[in-house]
Amino acid sequence: MPSVWKQAIIVGASSGIGEELARQLVAQGCRVALVARRQEELERIVSALNAGGVQNALIYPHDVRHSEEIPTLFQKIAHDLGGVDLFIYAAGVMPAVEPNEYCFEKDRQMIEINLLGAIGWINEVAQRFGQTHSGTIVGISSVAGERGRMTMPAYCTSKAAFTTYLEAIRNRIGRYGVKVVTVKPGPVITPMTAGLGKMPLQITAERAASEILVAAKRGRANAFVPHTWRWIFLILRNVPSFVFKKLKL
Amino acid sequence: MAVQSLENQKEESVSTPLEKPLPLDHLERVEAWGMNTSVCSYVYRPTTVEGIREVFQIAKAHDRTVALRGSGCSYGDASLGAENISLDLTRMNRILDWSPETGVIRVEPGATIRNIWQYVIEDGWWLPVVSGTMFVSMGGALGMNIHGKNNYGMGPFGEHVLAFDLLTPAGELLRCSREENSELFFGAIGGFGMLGCFVSVTLRLKRIYSGQLSVYAFATPDLSTLFREFEARMGSADYLVAWVDCFATGKALGRSLIHQADYLAKGVDPTPTQTLRVKHQELPETILGLIPKSIMWRFMKLFGNNWGMRLINRTKYVQGSTLGNKKTFRQSHAAFAFLLDYVPNWKFIYKPGGLIQYQSFVPEATAEACFRAQLETCQRAGIVPFLGVFKRHRKDSFLMSHAVEGYSFALDLPVTKHNRERVWSLAKELNQLVLEAGGRFYFAKDSTLDSETARSYLGEEALHRFYALKRSCDPHNLLQTELSRRLFGTDWK
Ligand SMILES: Cc1cc2nc3c(=O)[nH]c(=O)nc-3n(C[C@H](O)[C@H](O)[C@H](O)COP(=O)(O)OP(=O)(O)OC[C@H]3O[C@@H](n4cnc5c(N)ncnc54)[C@H](O)[C@@H]3O)c2cc1C
Ligand SMILES: NC(=O)c1ccc[n+]([C@@H]2O[C@H](COP(=O)([O-])OP(=O)(O)OC[C@H]3O[C@@H](n4cnc5c(N)ncnc54)[C@H](OP(=O)(O)O)[C@@H]3O)[C@@H](O)[C@H]2O)c1
Repeated sequence: MPSVWKQAIIVGASSGIGEELARQLVAQGCRVALVARRQEELERIVSALNAGGVQNALIYPHDVRHSEEIPTLFQKIAHDLGGVDLFIYAAGVMPAVEPNEYCFEKDRQMIEINLLGAIGWINEVAQRFGQTHSGTIVGISSVAGERGRMTMPAYCTSKAAFTTYLEAIRNRIGRYGVKVVTVKPGPVITPMTAGLGKMPLQITAERAASEILVAAKRGRANAFVPHTWRWIFLILRNVPSFVFKKLKL
Repeated sequence: MAVQSLENQKEESVSTPLEKPLPLDHLERVEAWGMNTSVCSYVYRPTTVEGIREVFQIAKAHDRTVALRGSGCSYGDASLGAENISLDLTRMNRILDWSPETGVIRVEPGATIRNIWQYVIEDGWWLPVVSGTMFVSMGGALGMNIHGKNNYGMGPFGEHVLAFDLLTPAGELLRCSREENSELFFGAIGGFGMLGCFVSVTLRLKRIYSGQLSVYAFATPDLSTLFREFEARMGSADYLVAWVDCFATGKALGRSLIHQADYLAKGVDPTPTQTLRVKHQELPETILGLIPKSIMWRFMKLFGNNWGMRLINRTKYVQGSTLGNKKTFRQSHAAFAFLLDYVPNWKFIYKPGGLIQYQSFVPEATAEACFRAQLETCQRAGIVPFLGVFKRHRKDSFLMSHAVEGYSFALDLPVTKHNRERVWSLAKELNQLVLEAGGRFYFAKDSTLDSETARSYLGEEALHRFYALKRSCDPHNLLQTELSRRLFGTDWK
């Protein structure tokens, strides 16, 4: 099926869900800018994507913590692509955290990459889309943002804050026809979760990406991926704190 | 648990060095008049020549190209530049000089046909050439070298331009006329905004002795009769235009309604001072005294599909060939010339996909067969033009001219999400017919040409001369549009 979008930017496209999103969008005929830190990985991906001869995938090495670069880089990408109608923020980190570990350095990374980087990018994108009355913003948050889990305090915080930020942006620019889609995946098999063993309801990155694109196309405000998590979290979200504590999740 | 080590994550970013961004608050969505395409551009609206220079500087500093834009009435991408600078001249719309004795007027490039006729008509003058809409700016009128329903007699707009000042991206302000910088004069008029920005234009207008025209309306049952009537009348008629019912097939193929209009000679109108008033020219606010014009398109939208348009075309023809046949009446200049402005936003009936206008210009000898084949091809493809307009033309001496000694046929084709690709491939088929007939195309209307077709009808010699002008006026290739890139790329060689 041809893509409803002509030009997309994916931040965090060098692996996992972002990489798979890039692959599917290019296959649908969309021009895609892949942004992430590791140039070699990006090159590996685009050489496969552009193998057909059409240069539909472009790469932009960038660390989202260098927020001062964002306005210029965003404009440069928009210029190279000839426009932007889909923006996906998929960058994220989840370093291993021991049950009793309080490592500020790791926590800072998660907040800087999962949250501040997202705000840095989406502030720019939202202004542009709001002003030109079009476009779709997709933020890959997580089910982890729904509750504060003892195993990953800063990660949950980064995702909860990201979810709230996306809601606020939707409330700002949704009225101009801009779609802001908050995606909340459960466990997805990607390098991020490699080594974590088998997790409940885990799905492949390929399936996650295709469900994310369907949600984006429909302009859904909140999309659990897979959908089953919606019902599970309908319950979990309403479990009182003193009970949730006992679940030791 | 996670794979990435912290060291790895701290790795320095390898981003390429980047320029300074343009101010985001200049970013706007800019649309083709036919609503078939839109882009985002950094829009600047200067009010002085200095201001235009500054925009050129900004573009250079930020490594962007500039698309000149007047009123944006071109149907396709002729004044669009995605993610680059859109230099919009609509605020530079002053009348600089007017001499009611000689009919010579000097204006800024953003002044529209409307601004001008409303300014001069009470003195007994009118523009010698006007387009079907009065919202066209002087920059756009020169940029495309527009034609009117009198092209066979009066030539294109450029023939009535005495001089203009052109600011080139190289920074020179050049006065151009038939005597001074004449090569640039004939290249920049019709040069689709590629050689520089017109910053002032001097025109010679036409004397009129009444605010009204004498109009004769009649029907022709088929295409051959249409051609015969035009050939017979063009020697004496001041204006000739035909509306063609593109849905009619078989023997009725090309049936149409012709409007001929003639100026009133001095003394014919008993009250010229009355009819030459702006108020007399103005189009009524309501249709049939009932429906406010501003909401008319909403009713028309109900007919904005194949069956509705078939019905409208048929009704119009039947009315015009019976009750309205062979009628002579008086009509104001504005009402006759700008019929399309009569229903504001009529194009909205084509929402959301928009429309393209396919207009080709074909030499007299091959035109009839070519237009017949065009109609049949459209009908076979199941994409029938909602509107077809037929005019007579003559050759002119401008470098990138679209005109021929012959006829033009303008077909309004609806674009939808589902038929878009079919419309483009239909246009390709039509192009082939036009090229075989020795015809030409018009950038003001174009959305579908490819570079090969454009080069082939323009011819090597004209292209070489145009490219040489481009390289000397705009050595850094600052002026570009989506259309220019589509048809000529970026190296002008
Ligand atoms: C309803 C309707 C009816 C029409 N009827 C006719 C008709 O009967 N005959 C006809 O010939 N055309 C007709 N046209 C087309 C129209 O006349 C042309 O597209 C015209 O060029 C539009 O002028 P604009 O001011 O809107 O310019 P734009 O569409 O904004 O620009 C047209 C071109 O001129 C260039 N340009 C604009 N300003 C400048 C400047 N200051 N200096 C240098 N280049 C500049 C642009 O880069 C672009 O290439 C019609 C259009 C519509 C919408
Ligand atoms: N996998 C899951 O189970 C799961 C579940 C819920 C939500 N999520 C979320 O989904 C998103 C994608 O995760 P994933 O599983 O696909 O992980 P992944 O395979 O590790 O991919 C993460 C991407 O983010 C990029 N990234 C990390 N730090 C960056 C930085 N500083 N600057 C720029 N890019 C950076 C990485 O590229 P570089 O390393 O090359 O920079 C990589 O492309 C994340 O936000 C994650 O939190 C994942």
